[in-house]
Amino acid sequence: MSGVRVLVGTRKGAFVLTSDGKRERWEVSGPHFGGWEIYHVKGSPVDPNRIYASQSSGWFGQLIQRSNDGGKTWEPVGNKFEYDGVPGTHQWYDGTPHPWEFKRVWHLEPSLTDPDTVYAGVEDAALFRTTDGGQTWTELAGLRGHGSGPRWQPGAGGMCLHTIVLDPNHPGRIFIAISAAGAFRSDDDGQTWRPINRGLRSEYIPDQDAEVGHCVHRIAMHRSKPNVLFMQKHWDVMRSDDAGESWHEVSGNLPTDFGFPIDVHAHEPETIYVVPIKSDSEHYPPDGKLRVYRSRTGGNEWEALTNGLPQENCYVNVLRDAMAVDSLESCGVYFGTTGGQVYMSADAGDHWSPIVRDLPAVVSVEVQTLP
Amino acid sequence: MTQAHARQVRVRLPLHLRTLAQVGTEVTLALDGPATQRTVLDALEARYPMLRGTIRDHGTHKRRAFLRFFACECDLSHEEPDTPLPDAVASGVEPFFVVGAIAGG
Repeated sequence: MSGVRVLVGTRKGAFVLTSDGKRERWEVSGPHFGGWEIYHVKGSPVDPNRIYASQSSGWFGQLIQRSNDGGKTWEPVGNKFEYDGVPGTHQWYDGTPHPWEFKRVWHLEPSLTDPDTVYAGVEDAALFRTTDGGQTWTELAGLRGHGSGPRWQPGAGGMCLHTIVLDPNHPGRIFIAISAAGAFRSDDDGQTWRPINRGLRSEYIPDQDAEVGHCVHRIAMHRSKPNVLFMQKHWDVMRSDDAGESWHEVSGNLPTDFGFPIDVHAHEPETIYVVPIKSDSEHYPPDGKLRVYRSRTGGNEWEALTNGLPQENCYVNVLRDAMAVDSLESCGVYFGTTGGQVYMSADAGDHWSPIVRDLPAVVSVEVQTLP
Repeated sequence: MTQAHARQVRVRLPLHLRTLAQVGTEVTLALDGPATQRTVLDALEARYPMLRGTIRDHGTHKRRAFLRFFACECDLSHEEPDTPLPDAVASGVEPFFVVGAIAGG
C-alpha cells in the first residue's frame, strides 16, 4: 500500500511524520537537528529517499543537511553561499542603499529531473543552485543583476527569496517570489530574469502598481496547467492565466485576503486552498477561528473548511511554506501552525485532525507520496 | 621530527557544534606552528570540515557575531586572529573555548 511522509520544519528542529495510505495512524520521528531552526525540508521528486534540509542558527549560521534514506540518517553538505562578484546594494528599510548580506536559506526546491540538482532561495534575496547534491552552491546571479535589484526592499521578515516553482512542461522555466520585491520568471534555467508583477496593486508602496516592490507571500501551480499560477500576496489572492504575464484578483468572498500559504489540489487544478489571517499587524485568524478556505472555481468563490479545526480561542499563524498536499487518490491536505500543530485532511479539506499538537512553531510542511 | 614537535591544543565546543562534528566535550588538535586563533581554527576546520562557516565566516574568516572565544578566564573574542594564545593554551594545559553568546532573558 502506498503511504505518505510529511517533512516538517520547525523553529527547534525537523520532524518526519509517516503513515500508510489510510493516513490514520502516524509515526513521528524527531527532532532532527534539535535546537536549530529548520526553515525547509524537501525531497527529490525523482528519488524520494533523497531529502534536503535547511538548518540555521543565529549563532552558527547556515547548514544544509542531506539524507539518502528518507530522513533516517543525515549528513551535512556544503554551506558556502557566496554572492557572485561584488554583491552590490538593495534598499534598506529607510530607503538607503544596503549591501547584500547572506543570512539563511528559506526554501530548497529539488529539480524535477535530477536528485543532485537543487535550487535554494536565500535571504538576502538571491537564487543559488547545486548540481552535486549540495556539496557546492553557485548563485544564479542574473536574478539580482537584471536591473531592479537595487530597488528591492526587505519586508518585516527580511528580504527573502521564499518561493521557487519549476515548470514541468517548459524545461528551464522557473518562477520565484521575493518579499518584498515581487514575482520573477526565467525561461532559460535561471540565467536571465524579468519581473512578472503586472496587475498587482499594493497600498503599502508609493507607486501601487510598480514593476517591483510587492510583497508576494507564496505562489502555487498545478503541474497539469503550468500557465495558471495562484498567488497569496501580503493582501490579495491573485491568479494568472498566462504564466505570470498578468494577474487578476480572485479574493472574492474571503473574510480577509491577507495570508501566507496557498496550494492546489493534487488532482483538481481549479481547487485551491488558503488560510485567511486577520491582518498584517495581527497575524492570527479572524474571530479566533482557524479556517482553511477552499475554492473549487480557481478563486472568487470560497467555502470555509472548519470540521476538526479549532473554532474558538485560536490565535496561531500558518506560515508561507507550511501547507502541502499529497497525491493519493483522495487528496490529502496538510498545514502546520506557529502553535506547533500539524493538521491533515484525507478528504481534500472536508474533515481535519491533528497529526501532532505540540511541536515547536512550524515553519514549513512538505509531503511526499510514497509508492 | 615535525610530529615530535607538534603541540597539542585543546578546544572545547558548544553543544550544537559537538553534535555536528560528532565529538565529545573537547577535541585535541596537533599544531606545528604557533598557537593563535587562526591556526587553531584552521586546524579545527581541517579536521572537522562540517564546522566550516559555523564559527567563522567562510570568506572573511571573521568570528560569527554571537560566538565568543574564551581561555584562561579571559575573553579573547576581540583579539587579532594572529595574536599568540596564552602559553597555557599553547601548551595544552588549558583549553580554548568556543562559546555561544548568552541568549534569552
